[in-house]
Amino acid sequence: MSAHSATAHGHATHEHHDMGFLKTYVFSTDHKMIGRQFMFLGLVMFILGGLLALVVRWQLAWPETAVPGLGSILKETGGVLEPAQYNMAFTMHATIMIFFVVMPILAGGFGNFLIPLMIGARDMAFPLLNMLSFWTAVPATILMLLGFFVPGGHAAAGWTSYAPLSADVQWTGVNWGQNLWCISLFILGISSMMGSINYITTVINMRAPGMSLFRMPLVIWSLFITAILLLLALPVLTSGVAMLLFDRSLGTSWFRPSGGGDPLLWQHLFWYFGHPEVYILILPAMGIASEILPVFSRKPIFGYHAMAFSMIGIAFLSWIVYGHHMFVSGMNPALGMSFMITTMVIAVPSAIKTFNWLGTLWGGRITFPVPMCNALAFVSMFVIGGLSGIFMASTPVDIYIQDTYFIVAHIHYVVFGGSIFGAFAGIYFWFPKMFGRMMNSGLGYVHFWGSFIFFNMTFFPMHIIGVGGQMRRIYNPMQYEFLQPQQHWNVIITVGAIGLGISQIPFFINFFMSMFKGKPAPLNPWNSTTLEWGASSPPPHLNWGPKLPEVHRGPYEYSVPNESADFSPQTQPVHAPAGGRRH
Amino acid sequence: MLNWWLPENVSSFGRDIDWLFHLIYWITMLTGILVFVALIVFLVMYRDRPGRKATYTHGNTTLEIVWTIVPALILVVLTFLSAPAWSKIKMSMPATDLVIQVTAKQFNWQVAYPGPDGKFGTDDDKKFLDEMHVPVNKPVKVILKSQDVIHSFFVPNFRIKQDAVPGREINAWFDAMKPGKYEWPCAELCGFGHSGMKGWVYVHSADDYVKWAAENLKGDAAPAQEEKPKS
Repeated sequence: MSAHSATAHGHATHEHHDMGFLKTYVFSTDHKMIGRQFMFLGLVMFILGGLLALVVRWQLAWPETAVPGLGSILKETGGVLEPAQYNMAFTMHATIMIFFVVMPILAGGFGNFLIPLMIGARDMAFPLLNMLSFWTAVPATILMLLGFFVPGGHAAAGWTSYAPLSADVQWTGVNWGQNLWCISLFILGISSMMGSINYITTVINMRAPGMSLFRMPLVIWSLFITAILLLLALPVLTSGVAMLLFDRSLGTSWFRPSGGGDPLLWQHLFWYFGHPEVYILILPAMGIASEILPVFSRKPIFGYHAMAFSMIGIAFLSWIVYGHHMFVSGMNPALGMSFMITTMVIAVPSAIKTFNWLGTLWGGRITFPVPMCNALAFVSMFVIGGLSGIFMASTPVDIYIQDTYFIVAHIHYVVFGGSIFGAFAGIYFWFPKMFGRMMNSGLGYVHFWGSFIFFNMTFFPMHIIGVGGQMRRIYNPMQYEFLQPQQHWNVIITVGAIGLGISQIPFFINFFMSMFKGKPAPLNPWNSTTLEWGASSPPPHLNWGPKLPEVHRGPYEYSVPNESADFSPQTQPVHAPAGGRRH
Repeated sequence: MLNWWLPENVSSFGRDIDWLFHLIYWITMLTGILVFVALIVFLVMYRDRPGRKATYTHGNTTLEIVWTIVPALILVVLTFLSAPAWSKIKMSMPATDLVIQVTAKQFNWQVAYPGPDGKFGTDDDKKFLDEMHVPVNKPVKVILKSQDVIHSFFVPNFRIKQDAVPGREINAWFDAMKPGKYEWPCAELCGFGHSGMKGWVYVHSADDYVKWAAENLKGDAAPAQEEKPKS
C-alpha cells in the first residue's frame, strides 16, 4: 500500500505542477486546495483570537495590572488595559473565533475538502464559485483586521453588537471599528452563501453511482445540513449588519429608538441567525465524531438513521428556539413560554446523538490514537455543554443566570469543548489525506492532554462564578462587593487559560512541520471504509482516475462477520448471500 | 452543596427559582454521572486487547425509542414545573401601592418615587441616584426605562433580572423578605463604564421604611442628589 501511495503522491504533485503555481496554490478551483486555504485562514486567526482571550483573562484575574507583552502597544498606560480596550478585546475575541476560526475550519475547510471526496465526486458543482467564496472571505478578513488600526478602536459592543449601543458612535466612541465590523461580516455573509449553495448542489447532484442519501457518511449529512442552515440563516445576519451600518452612517433608524426604531428588532434578527449559527458551529463537529468513533471502535455507527434524523430534527428546531436568548430582553413573556418549550424539545435530538455515540463504543475494539482521543473529548465536553444548557432553557432559572459567567461556561463547553475538539479530531484524522503525510502522534498526545486538562481548568470554574452571580463582560469583578470573595476562581481560570494557550504550541509545530517533514502516509492509515481513503494521498486534481468509485454499501461496515478484513470499504461489493444488511 | 455558590436569596420568587435550579442541578448531575460512568466503563471494557473482536451491530430500535422518550418526558415535566414560576415572575403583577420608576443611563440607575401627588413626571418626584429604598415583605413594582442604551436591572440576592430598553417601559416586581443592603449591578454591556455601573437596594423593616419615607419622600425635605462623578 505504501509503495502505491508513493507513486500516487508523485502523480498528484506532477499534476499540480502542470497547472502553474498561481492556479494551484492561490486562485485554485480545486475543492481540496480551497479547503486547505480555509483551514489555514482559520488556524492563523485562531492564534489572534486566542491571544485576545488571554488579554481578557489577564484583566479579569489581575485587574488593572500591566498585561505582559502589551507594554509596547499600549504605551500610554504601560500595558494596562482600559475599559474600552477591554470591551474591544472580548468583542473581537468572540467575533474572530466564531466567524474567522470555527466557521472557516469546520464549514469551509472540512466542508470543501470532504464533500466531493466522500461522495465520490470529482469536484464541487461550481468550482469557480467555490474559489470566489474563499477569495471573498479574504477581503472580509482583511477589513476585520483593519479595524484594529482605526482611530476609536475596533468594535466594542460585544459580538452580539446589541443596538443602540452599536448603532450610534456616541455610546461607545467607536466609529470606523464598528463600521468595518459590519462591512466585513456583510462580505463574509456573501462568501458563505456562495459556499453553501455549492455544498447543497454538490451533495444533491454529484454523488457517485450507488451513493444513496442513506449511504452517505454522517459527516456529509452534517455538512449538508450545515449548508442549508448557512444558506437560510446568514442572509438574515447579512441584512441585519447592513441595516446597522445604515443606522450608523446614513441616519436610518431601524434600531435607534430616537428615530422611532426598535432595539429589540436587532436582537430578533441577530438571534434568528444566531441560534442556527450555534448548530452551524457544532453540527460538523458532531459529524466528525460520528466518523471517527466507528473507525477506532471497529464497529458500525450505532443507529445511523437515528443519527441522520436527529440532525435533521435539530436543523428544523433551530429556527424556533432563538427567543431563549431574549427571555429577559423585554420581549413579551408569553413568547418566553413558547420558546422554553421548543428549547426543551431541541435537547432531545442532542441526547439521542450522545446515546448513539455511547452505543457505538459499546462492544467495540477500541484503540486510542490522537484523533480518537479528541473525538472522545468532543463527546464528553459536549455532554457537559448540553446539560448546562438545560438550566437556561428553564425560563425562571434563566432570569438569574442570563448574562452571567454560567452562560460563558456553557458556550465555551459547546464551541471549544465541542466544535474545536471536533476540529482537532478531524485535523488529526484527515491530515494524512490532506497532505499525504502523518502528523506526529507524540506531539499530538501532548497537545491533546494539555488542551483537555487546561480546557476544563479554564471553563469549568466559570460555572461556579456564574452561579455566584459574576456578570459577563465586566471589566473588573473587584468593583463589586458580592464578587470579591470568589475572585480566586478568576485567577485559577486565567492560569488555566494560559496553560490552554501554551498547549496549542505543539499543535501548530506539529501541523506545519508534518506538512513538510511528516512520515509519508499510506493510502488508508486508519483502515477506514469511506471513499476518500481510496483516493491517493493527497488526491490529485479531479480526485479519481478515469472511473468514478462505485458504492456498494453503507459507510460504517467494520468487523463484518465472514469478511476477511475488519473493515469493508464502501466500494467493496457485497458477496453475502440473501439476508445481508439493508445497507 | 450549591448554596454557598448562589448568593443568599431574599426575594419571594427567588425561592421558586432556586428550587428549579437545584432540581435541574440534580437531574443534570445524575445524567452526567451516568453518561460518564458508561463512557469510561466502555472505554476500559472494550479497549483493544489480543483476541478481542468487535460486535457487528447497526443499532437497536427499542433502545432508540427508550432514549428518545425518557429525556423527552423529563424535559416535558421540567417545562411544566418551570411554567408557573415564569408566569408568576414575568407575566403577572401583584397588587401594590409602591411603584418606583428606574431610568437607566450610562452609567447610573436613576430612581424616582412619585412624591405626594402619586404621579411620575411631576415636580414633586423624589429622585435618587444609584440607590433605592423599599420596605421588607411588600411587593414593589418597578417601571423600568432607559434613556440611552440597553441596561439590565440585576439584583443577585433578589434573583431578578430585566433589561431596560430605550423606547420602552417594562414593568418588573420583587418582594424582598429580609432587611439589608443589596448590590444592584447592571448586567447588560452598556459601554466603557458598564463595569462598575451599580447601585444599592436598601430593604428596611416596616418601621424604618416609614421613618425613611417621612424624611425623604414627603414635601421638600430631600433635595435631589447630585450626580456623582464616575471613575
